[in-house]
Amino acid sequence: MIKKKRFYVILLILLALIPMFTYAQMRVAQNAQKQFGTTDWRVQQRQNINDWERRLSSARTPEEWKQRLQAQIQIANYYLDNDVDPSSPNAVTFTREFMRNAVGLFIPLIIMVISADIVSSEHSTGTIKLLLTRPVRRWKILMSKLLTVVFFTSLTVIATAVLCYVVSGLVFGFGGWTAPTFVGMQISGADVDFSHVRAVDQSYFMWMELGLVWFSSLVVALMSLMTSVLIRSTAAGMGVMLAVLISGTILVNMVSSWESAKYLFMVNLDLTKYLTGSLPPIPGMDLSFSLTVLGIWAIASLIVSFAVFARRDVLN
Amino acid sequence: MTRLEQTAPATVLSVNNVKKRIRQKEIIKGISFEVYAGEIFGFLGPNGSGKTTTIRMLVDLIRPTEGSIKICGFDVHKQHDEALRCVGCIVENPELYPYLTGWENLAHFARMLPDVDEARIAEVVEIVAMDQRIHDKVRTYSLGMRQRLGIAQALLGRPKLLILDEPTNGLDPQGIKEMREFIRRLAQDGLSLFVSSHLLSEIQQLCDRVAIISHGEVIRVGKVDELVAQGGSVVWSVGVHDEAQRLIAGSPHVQAVDETAEEPATAGQAALLRIVTRMDRAGIPALSRELLAHGVDLYGVEVKNPTLEDLFLSLTEGEKIG
Repeated sequence: MIKKKRFYVILLILLALIPMFTYAQMRVAQNAQKQFGTTDWRVQQRQNINDWERRLSSARTPEEWKQRLQAQIQIANYYLDNDVDPSSPNAVTFTREFMRNAVGLFIPLIIMVISADIVSSEHSTGTIKLLLTRPVRRWKILMSKLLTVVFFTSLTVIATAVLCYVVSGLVFGFGGWTAPTFVGMQISGADVDFSHVRAVDQSYFMWMELGLVWFSSLVVALMSLMTSVLIRSTAAGMGVMLAVLISGTILVNMVSSWESAKYLFMVNLDLTKYLTGSLPPIPGMDLSFSLTVLGIWAIASLIVSFAVFARRDVLN
Repeated sequence: MTRLEQTAPATVLSVNNVKKRIRQKEIIKGISFEVYAGEIFGFLGPNGSGKTTTIRMLVDLIRPTEGSIKICGFDVHKQHDEALRCVGCIVENPELYPYLTGWENLAHFARMLPDVDEARIAEVVEIVAMDQRIHDKVRTYSLGMRQRLGIAQALLGRPKLLILDEPTNGLDPQGIKEMREFIRRLAQDGLSLFVSSHLLSEIQQLCDRVAIISHGEVIRVGKVDELVAQGGSVVWSVGVHDEAQRLIAGSPHVQAVDETAEEPATAGQAALLRIVTRMDRAGIPALSRELLAHGVDLYGVEVKNPTLEDLFLSLTEGEKIG
């Protein structure tokens, strides 16, 4: 029904990768079992805390990592004290973890693959001439492309979540919807503020996470649309988006001292870490900040896309 | 409606002093012409003359730097929707989505036009005689079929003006003949056509009026018959004779001698002089009597029908690309 085969290719890729990750997760659980002789998560949690404390006292650990370790230890202890397993092995947890890991690079890449050629392919096949010589204003044509991109982004995010759940559920069991997890931890430096923490069902957490993943993906899709409008060669456009997204993942690990990097959109793509309270790459970033930065980039790319598309001469 | 409005031909396309500058270079230097309802208008020009740019400006693919273009009275840029509703066009190659079938392609574009339903799509498919293959994917079509599908999409909206850019591009002689008949049929049904082509013989047969563009300017606009009548010649083939050239050049009936060529003797044919003159046909009997009276051997008198090609080449002579 969807005429362009590319979306089905994406689904196939997901279907190939998700079982791989599921299997990897399964091996991790099996390994832990072997190592600790028990599947009791508390044992592993205490072991982790011990490891981190040891690294904290080592002289070779850099200062910023020390802060991060201190925060991590506090959080781990919190879970332990409240008797909540931070990573219970079930389909919901797997989906949650997969989405959280994928939102930084993997999901943006597949979104990009679908949207980066939506306008440039019309130029390369020449069908743009037919589109623009209809009694329809140019902005309406671009609007239809925009709606398509939004639709496919949503479809991709949902498909990824559903496939994760189904495939991992076959291995780990379909439960876990009501397992509790904590949100609302606020980290500043080495201190963790637990005053706003509350326990929520994992299902609630999942919806929040999916919402954030959807928003992040949408921004990537809009930027890809703009690239597609500006760069009429599909290959060049995809290359540019690819470079930008990958540079994001590299920057995230490197730039804790470059303050203004927090205004780049790719550094803000991983919104889900704010839910769990992980340390942001650059101090001063929080959920509302990232949402605002992404929102501004999205609006700017829309304005550029429409402005350029409406006035461009189609010379060849 | 006053009598004046009734008798004046309706203008379907009017181009007014259109200029286009791209990166400091003026490609189109101020062209104007009009296409009237119900006629077939030819648009000629060598490669690089600005022909394609002009055609693209007619359908709002390129915005002119100055001047205006009106289709059915609507400004193509300011009243984009109304203007383009009147026109169907193929610009260069008719590209369509290869992964869709012909029918799906037409349906896709039909959705962007008001009042085009499935019945109309079927009708158009029939007009271009594509019923057999319309449900196959476009990537399996030959060039001729793609041309026809391109025309089909142009006809969907019942346009008043059809703009065809090189419609016979890549077609074999049979295809060209079919296209010519097809265009004539469309014109008989009341459609105005704007055809740009390199095949001057086709244009001469097909078009009522032409415009010739060269170096970004329209150097001639007018009825084909009128333009072409200015170029006829009469070729005299005479035996080699001292007097022959003098007699012909000096004759009051001859306006000018364009060239004189000697043809050497071959088996069964003595040496000849071919003299190309510009003159009125009516003067042929008098001049031939005079030649015969002076003992000049007359082997042949050829009235060369003027062609558009001759006019075109002479007007655009020396045009270099860029």
